[in-house]
Amino acid sequence: MDDLANLKKTPNYDMHVKYGGKVVDFGGWALSVQFAGILEEHRTVREKVGLFDVSHMGEATVKGPGALAFLQKMVSRDLSTMHDTQVYYTHLLYPTGGAVDDLMVTKLGDEDYYLVINASNTDKDVAWMKQYVGEFPGVELKNISADTAELALQGPLAEKTLQKLTSAKLSDLKYYHVIPQAKVAGIDTMISRTGYTGEDGFEIMCAPKDANNLWEAIMQAGQEFGIKPIGLGARDTLRFEAAMPLYGQEMDENTGPIEAGLQRFVSPEKPGYIGREATLKKVDEGVAKKLVGFEMVDRGVPRHNYKVKKNGKEIGYVTTGSYAPTLDKNVGMAYVPPTETAIGNEFDIEIRGRDLKARVVKLPFYKRKK
Amino acid sequence: MYPKDMKYTETHEYAKIEGGKATCGITAYAAEQLGDIVFVELPAVGAAVTAGKPFGVVESVKAVSDCYAPVSGKVVKVNDKLNDDPVVVNSDPHGAGWMIVIEMSNPGEADKLMGVDAYEKHAAAGGGHH
Repeated sequence: MDDLANLKKTPNYDMHVKYGGKVVDFGGWALSVQFAGILEEHRTVREKVGLFDVSHMGEATVKGPGALAFLQKMVSRDLSTMHDTQVYYTHLLYPTGGAVDDLMVTKLGDEDYYLVINASNTDKDVAWMKQYVGEFPGVELKNISADTAELALQGPLAEKTLQKLTSAKLSDLKYYHVIPQAKVAGIDTMISRTGYTGEDGFEIMCAPKDANNLWEAIMQAGQEFGIKPIGLGARDTLRFEAAMPLYGQEMDENTGPIEAGLQRFVSPEKPGYIGREATLKKVDEGVAKKLVGFEMVDRGVPRHNYKVKKNGKEIGYVTTGSYAPTLDKNVGMAYVPPTETAIGNEFDIEIRGRDLKARVVKLPFYKRKK
Repeated sequence: MYPKDMKYTETHEYAKIEGGKATCGITAYAAEQLGDIVFVELPAVGAAVTAGKPFGVVESVKAVSDCYAPVSGKVVKVNDKLNDDPVVVNSDPHGAGWMIVIEMSNPGEADKLMGVDAYEKHAAAGGGHH
């Protein structure tokens, strides 16, 4: 615990302490792995509403004439179809087609874009994009992570909770859209109807100095709905059940969105983006490995990097595996050869030296009722 | 906090010794550290276990952890209920969350285990392993 002193603290750090979070080192950040317990927090988000501190996420702005042209080169999805306040999920790719990162791009105006990138990749992503920004005179790329606090409010009762604190009409805010400027409990925020849990919900940006007041206002507003603070443990099980990818597990520098089954978020034919040739080749000629979901037939919990085997021979690896609380099953996602991806196909997962049977199932494991 | 009629290991297992047999499980401290337990893997009845060697595995949502046998002997009973309801290890670790009963082959080994006072200090100090 004495190591925590050296960790970066989010603007909501005091809330982790106050609400009894079990604070750990998460990629250099002091964040709670859990508050009440992972299973209880998981259920709270599926059935009610939960509040997350996600200020460790990185934010950047891209502004100026040429902002769109610059981003069209950087990401693999065609952003020309976006309208103001819309959010796209997309990828920064290497020329090889592997992923630098996955990210959310929000269009605030023709010359004004807002990016949310992964915490552990923030410096890498900004450095990557800076290499190219000079080709687009007038474009200003700015890392605003240190000036931005971000909270996520997720669950079926998220709208009811947040609506108590703002005059902005949340029922009019569509999924994957933002309200660029909204007062929440008197605090200046941007409200984005997005999340990483498979539930309805919001991600709310504000100035760091307002983060604790915003947290407390939301906790109070949500009290009648059974709100709870949620840690990183449940954040992972929630996103995993919804089969939302995690950089470093489902994607990495050698593994891009085509392998990960995310082609619907890619515009392979779009001219001029980094990674185009490699991506087109993967689309046209196929990929060596594909992401599948599986459930255990034998007793055992699959885990990250466990081997996938068939007749004793290694054929792939588990990217994420866990007990899935909503399903009450042990399930996983894995990379396997395309010939092994049919629903119902069986292979083995090596768990502590034993080959245990698993069966391919459809992804996502969990989908909310609309 | 911990039952006085039990003996404890440094690795946070307990043994309740009754007439040549030891009922074993993991302590409240270990269960708390692991968080919600979602999977327990135990040996079969008849298996031989050795003091200080793993006899089973507990998995929480986030962690996988070995359980070490407090004493040597033969497994004569296994708590199969934990297969379907592993979270009992969290809710009642020293009671309904017991894992195995060992028929001791060397009862003298039990004398080397910690008493409740020593274990309480060990756990309070952060408990080393598990």
